[in-house]
Amino acid sequence: MSKNGQAPKEKPKFAMYWAAACGGCEIAVLNIGEKILDVDANFDVVFWPVAMDAKYKDVEAMPDKSILLTLFNGGIRNEENEHMAKLLRQKSQILVAFGSCANEGCIPGLANLSSMQEVFNAAYESVSTENPQHIRPQFSYQVPEGMLTIPLFYPVLRTLDQVVDVDYFMPGCPPESHQIAAVIDLVIAVLHGEAELPPKGAVIGVGDSTVCEECQRARNIKKITKLVRIHEVAEVDPDLCLLEQGILCNGPATRSGCGARCPSVGAACIGCYGPAVGVVDYGARLMTAVASVIDSTEPDEIEAILDGIPDPAGTFYRFNLAHSLLHAARPAMEEVIG
Amino acid sequence: MNDQFEPVIIGFTCNWCSYRAADLAGTARIKYPPNIRLIRLMCSGRMDPTFVLKALAEGADGVMITGCHPGECHYLDQNYKALRRVLLLRRTIGQMGIEPGRVKLVWASAAEGVRLAQEIGHFVEEIRDMGPLNWPGRLAAAHVNGHGRDDRLMPADMMLEEVPA
Ligand code: SF4
Ligand code: SF4
Ligand code: FES
Repeated sequence: MSKNGQAPKEKPKFAMYWAAACGGCEIAVLNIGEKILDVDANFDVVFWPVAMDAKYKDVEAMPDKSILLTLFNGGIRNEENEHMAKLLRQKSQILVAFGSCANEGCIPGLANLSSMQEVFNAAYESVSTENPQHIRPQFSYQVPEGMLTIPLFYPVLRTLDQVVDVDYFMPGCPPESHQIAAVIDLVIAVLHGEAELPPKGAVIGVGDSTVCEECQRARNIKKITKLVRIHEVAEVDPDLCLLEQGILCNGPATRSGCGARCPSVGAACIGCYGPAVGVVDYGARLMTAVASVIDSTEPDEIEAILDGIPDPAGTFYRFNLAHSLLHAARPAMEEVIG
Repeated sequence: MNDQFEPVIIGFTCNWCSYRAADLAGTARIKYPPNIRLIRLMCSGRMDPTFVLKALAEGADGVMITGCHPGECHYLDQNYKALRRVLLLRRTIGQMGIEPGRVKLVWASAAEGVRLAQEIGHFVEEIRDMGPLNWPGRLAAAHVNGHGRDDRLMPADMMLEEVPA
């Protein structure tokens, strides 16, 4: 873009932060290629732990609302995540929930199915963990020099908008690079007075339909008599809708924006772009869609077909559990209720 | 009697057979427990699992869906859709730690006011036995106790064993 040469003198400030996330969102941003130079040309990057050295106290010292744009990825799993969410909200004019974790909890949010005890067992005692002394992290520990503390772990993961006010929502696990690039172009155009920001609360970097709409596979009237997992199919028809082949595909409930990446290469959509427009509860929409296409009226036969979904909650809420109507399963809440 | 747990039950009835059944129970002065709040839909096929989840998430202890008998839905086969949705939904909420029996599907024809009243009565007792679901309370407690905890302690059974130096 030629206009990048005339960036304003005092460049607006940019920040990016990761809370309970995997780091993939950061990679996706770096993956926009030379477009990252536009970010550098137009913004003063003041805080971005993956890319530069800065301390939390540096952010605390910044004037309120002094950061123009903060991309926040990750869910709120512990005290530190919550502190940073509130701090960056206070310091930022525009706070974007960036990526599935910040929007809907994503894979870390699936821990809302389990008690804290189970989460710690999985992390510190599972078969893949070598921990002969059964060491567990302690939230506080007395040493001769004083009390050491680490951030408290919360029983239930929350999404960013369940903790602070969020201006824009950009889903995806991670958001597609071309969508990130388009959003960056838009923000830069706004800085140069050439475009306007979308209304507050908008979902950005997405399409306005479902993954099925973007999917090139042929669709007919769906009648499913058997649900199978993809590795159980001898030969997947490369041109026919996966759901029609009995392979559970989340396309009908999922927001478009990725270009139907997964079904286009023969894998079912697992829903990483989150709920389609107007969907209140992602899993409910998907359950509605799946139940509608099952071709049986006999309870026993229906149950047998449903046995083909070994993990319904994990399938219907893989990315969305923390933003679903129920938010968490009982064990995750039980432990603290006592 | 006063401190007995009174379940809150949301009922979704279809407009035709099953709402008429409930109506008939009313006009015939057949008593059924006041625990159920009926919401009329055009057809059980309109029952979106979202409605059920919203009811449970906002404090209902159970949800009953009623529709016309198989073969008698006024929109052909939509009640079979409702059946499949309920069976699938029950599996999912089971994994969320909610007894699948808190969601129940009942067929009733317009003439079955008495039977529907009995079904409601049974369901109220089943839910009473299961006890309160209290989803909003549970979630709020997880947030308050978890997010506002200041004792900085792990639950007792997660405490560190002394590590030999
Ligand atoms: S269900 Fe999946 S495979 Fe079928 S059209 Fe939708 S996205 Fe494509
Ligand atoms: S097809 Fe589905 S899972 Fe795959 S990238 Fe798109 S939204 Fe995500
Ligand atoms: S009209 Fe009664 S179930 Fe469809």
